[in-house]
Amino acid sequence: MSLVADNKSAVTQTLLDQLQSKSSKVAFMPDAEIISAIRYLEDKGIPNNKHEDYKYCNIEAVLRKEFKSVEQAFNELTNADIAPLKIDEAINLVVVNGVYNEALSEKMIVKGLMVNSLNELSSSEKNLLCSQAKSDTDALIALNTAFTGNGLFLQVDKNNIIPMPLHVIYVNSGNANIVTNTRSFINIQANAEVTLIESFYNIGSAKVFSNFVSEKLVGENAKLTCYTFQNEGALSYSVNTNQVRINKYSNYTNNTFTLSGELVRNNHNVVLADSNCEAHLNGLFISNGTQSVDNHTLIDHQMPHCESNELYKGIAKDKSVGTFNGKIFVRKDAQKTNAYQSSKNILMSDDATINTKPQLEIYADDVKCSHGTSTGKIDTEALFYLKARGIGEESARKLLLQAFAQELIDKIEIPSLQERVLNLFEKAL
Amino acid sequence: MITIKNLHASIGDKEILRGINLEVKAGEVHAIMGPNGSGKSTLSSVLAGREDYDVTEGEVTFNGKDLLELSAEDRAREGLFLAFQYPVEIPGVSNINFLRTALNEIRAYHGQEEMPAKDFLALVKEKSKLVELDSKLASRSVNEGFSGGEKKRNEIFQMAMLNPKLAILDETDSGLDIDALRIVATGVNKLKSKDNATIVITHYQRLLDYIVPDFVHILYKGRIVKSGGKELALEMEAKGYDEIKKEFEIAD
Repeated sequence: MSLVADNKSAVTQTLLDQLQSKSSKVAFMPDAEIISAIRYLEDKGIPNNKHEDYKYCNIEAVLRKEFKSVEQAFNELTNADIAPLKIDEAINLVVVNGVYNEALSEKMIVKGLMVNSLNELSSSEKNLLCSQAKSDTDALIALNTAFTGNGLFLQVDKNNIIPMPLHVIYVNSGNANIVTNTRSFINIQANAEVTLIESFYNIGSAKVFSNFVSEKLVGENAKLTCYTFQNEGALSYSVNTNQVRINKYSNYTNNTFTLSGELVRNNHNVVLADSNCEAHLNGLFISNGTQSVDNHTLIDHQMPHCESNELYKGIAKDKSVGTFNGKIFVRKDAQKTNAYQSSKNILMSDDATINTKPQLEIYADDVKCSHGTSTGKIDTEALFYLKARGIGEESARKLLLQAFAQELIDKIEIPSLQERVLNLFEKAL
Repeated sequence: MITIKNLHASIGDKEILRGINLEVKAGEVHAIMGPNGSGKSTLSSVLAGREDYDVTEGEVTFNGKDLLELSAEDRAREGLFLAFQYPVEIPGVSNINFLRTALNEIRAYHGQEEMPAKDFLALVKEKSKLVELDSKLASRSVNEGFSGGEKKRNEIFQMAMLNPKLAILDETDSGLDIDALRIVATGVNKLKSKDNATIVITHYQRLLDYIVPDFVHILYKGRIVKSGGKELALEMEAKGYDEIKKEFEIAD
């Protein structure tokens, strides 16, 4: 029985009850973590639109409406299911319904690279888990912590540069309502370098509530370049949390492409924990129908001489909703910080909505910070100019929207990933 | 080529064109002059299909077709070209991609296949010389960061690429220095043939020293109040528009 029974919501309790009866405990997660996670959930409840950070992303309502019953009717997947999701230039690793699947993953011995399931870690490695994603900061992290599957641990040992990209395919598949709590830990040690693609798919016939948490540690003078590719389809409701901590002289980049998913909430939290490091977060989404795409970023400048850049663009069609909420902290020791943030959006219909909220909290006095946000309709002068040259309305719109998105698509340095993003983007236009 | 009969157009409640009559035949160059606010740019916008204007009366026949029934893109595909007074900057769309799309959509409209890339690039090379446009500008975003002169030359370059039947040059001389003016005019003259026609809309006579018109029309308060040969332009230049204003001041 909970000590704070009064506060717990019925939705949260229903979910907890169902997950508790249908989940098996993973060995790596200490009991104490699980207990405190559940306490936090019972206390705070799954967030709804009264929660400041989830104002435009009512997770509680999704669970109430779409996941009244949680069946956990998971599908087994084969190589044939995974083949079309792979990226040729990369080492493809597969996580199915929250569980690292070694059999479906490509085996390749690469110097300095360690891939393992969370359960099989040594005790020193296990100690890293939960160091970045804390249950008492967010209910979705708590939910993941309490019910996580046996996820993926990826490590690049110090002084190693991995010559090809790593591609983690997080795929969900069920035949009746499923909830997955996928977890990964990415540990890039000092002076190491790697490119990581994280793709998210739902290939089953059932609705999925996908609650993903990834902890990422970037060591001194290390470089981690990430791509987040989200194409989960209309049956998917997902929350993706990235808890990143980067160290002295390191470089962290994430480019997120959201191409489908009924609800996509991205929590991207980066701590710049030491001096002279840089973080670049970019995102592009296109939404249609009743989709909702919500990008939340938190950049925490703790030490001096660091730089952060954010560029998020979105195109909202039909009745869809796009949200960008970007918070930048510049703590009092973080002198000489450069922090830039920009969010640009295009509304393609009168029924579409864009919410943007930049938040700067600056406690240091010698910093350069700026933010800009713009939301508008497609440029009618440009549209007329194109039409006056014989280009049809439809192609003219597409040309302009592609031009709008191009600077983000150009950031993809892996040709087949770029092609995949471009194809889906063009289809969604 | 084009026959305009009693054309009336307004924006909101304001009537700007109040009965334009004009006929332009193949092989001809017509100049339309007039003081600011006489409706020159409205006329070019209405002909090109800008949707901000309501045509309230009149008809326009372009090569046997009812022009006003056509969308802006179909007008262009039928061979009407407007060189914009203020060419629009389109960041992210390369000039080349823009022109290839335009050319191929026009070809598709006429049931022709896409132009092979090799032929297209050869055409770009040939036509950019015509207006002395740096070939580097072709790969840049449409008009982005172009100087005033480069923008106008780019308009004529596009005209050369699309090979229209009727070109309407809307104040193409505005903002051009004398060298750029000569380059633009030379380009236009080289494109002239017995099968196409040009309407030059201008405030000043200067451009008409280079692009010599067969006919000059004076537009005032939404009507063509005077027509004549090229000497009419010189007369306007000498006397200014005040005389016209006095003569045709309409009691409204």
